[in-house]
Amino acid sequence: MKRFIIITIEILICYLLQTTIFQWIALANVVPNLLLILTVSNGFLRGRKSGITVGFFCGLLIDLCFGKIIGLYAFIYMVIGYANGFANVVFERDDQIIPIILVGISDLFYFFLSYIFNFLLRGKLDIFFYFTRIGLPEIVYTLLISIFLLKLFYIVNKHLERAEKEEA
Amino acid sequence: MRRRTRLNLNPKHVFIAVAILCFALMFLSYQFGDELSPVKAAVGNIISPMQKGINTVGHAVFNQFEKITSFNKLVDENTRLKKENNVLSYENKILLQDKYELDRFRDLYKLDKKYADYPKVAARVISADPNNGFNSFTIDKGSDDGIAVDMNVIAGNGLVGIVEEVRKNNSVVRSIIDDSSNVYGMFLKTSDTCVVKGDLKKLEKGVISVELIKKDADIHDGYEVVTSNISDKYLQGILIGYISNITMDSNNLTKTADLTPAVNFERLQEVLIITEVKEKLE
Repeated sequence: MKRFIIITIEILICYLLQTTIFQWIALANVVPNLLLILTVSNGFLRGRKSGITVGFFCGLLIDLCFGKIIGLYAFIYMVIGYANGFANVVFERDDQIIPIILVGISDLFYFFLSYIFNFLLRGKLDIFFYFTRIGLPEIVYTLLISIFLLKLFYIVNKHLERAEKEEA
Repeated sequence: MRRRTRLNLNPKHVFIAVAILCFALMFLSYQFGDELSPVKAAVGNIISPMQKGINTVGHAVFNQFEKITSFNKLVDENTRLKKENNVLSYENKILLQDKYELDRFRDLYKLDKKYADYPKVAARVISADPNNGFNSFTIDKGSDDGIAVDMNVIAGNGLVGIVEEVRKNNSVVRSIIDDSSNVYGMFLKTSDTCVVKGDLKKLEKGVISVELIKKDADIHDGYEVVTSNISDKYLQGILIGYISNITMDSNNLTKTADLTPAVNFERLQEVLIITEVKEKLE
């Protein structure tokens, strides 16, 4: 229950920051993808199922507030959460570098999927332009932010786990 | 504390189930978009007060920061603007004289005012689309304040966009620089119609594109483009921007040009919504 509340708050805060404050300090007109960092972090720290749930709700929030078609971003984020869940099995959870790399790969994947759905399907073929204009700056900015944010999520998760262990 | 008996689901199965749920949602929202809007509205109603709060604080901090960093720039700008102001007020006087003359002529011709003063409501921009490369934003006025879908949104003296979705206390506006926006425009001087399209590629240079201008249209750089009378959503005669860089299309039938929007979309804080919807032909 505690975890449920904390994660809901995390999703809300990330969404709110991404849509308000970070729009004001956007570099190169691009906003870092905090929800993606949250999804990756949960997938990596807690496994596939957690990745799916958090990713799904992060995406759903975007869909409900800004999307025309509900479910598209929910799907993209969900896939990212699921994929990162595999890293939970393979890597040590206390690793500080691997999740940052995962964020980078996930953001690339995210860019690619959103390019396909938002631009390619409307006949805009110039992927290199969109990559240099949106994809690359977003990845760099997201990576920079993720260094701090992942650490924060890691600490929050650690405290939660300790609390859960005491309860059990 | 009782240990919860957890359902031990295989993540793979969860993945497939949620994926199917997503596709079902996509299908449903595509098929019955309007029926789902209460759900969207409910979410928006919860989120937007928080965004409003954060924004108020954020703007305050950001503005202080900007004040400090741009002090020198402001001094320069001030002197420049003062000079410009002198010139403009002189020009304005001449224009005013012209206007009186025009009013007289209009009276003579018994013409109604061509562009009625539309009733407007001011609103604050509270959040922007989290997906990069898109330009829609939410404002803090909704159906409670009399906002309805398809109302035109302006800022300063130019067109910003159109209300796309209305909730109880906030609504979503799609701006004209959005990559998927299309507006019917016309040239104020020649009445030639055209289509103003948001284009992420051109936005790099601060312009958007104007397409489907007739080949024989006698247009030049700097001509004003306003919303057209044949558009079924945009009210007539709202300034969109100024064209430049006119080129002939390869089909040799139409021309394409760049358009500099009359509104500065960076740092858009307040907008005006025209609370009049163009009447539709049923």
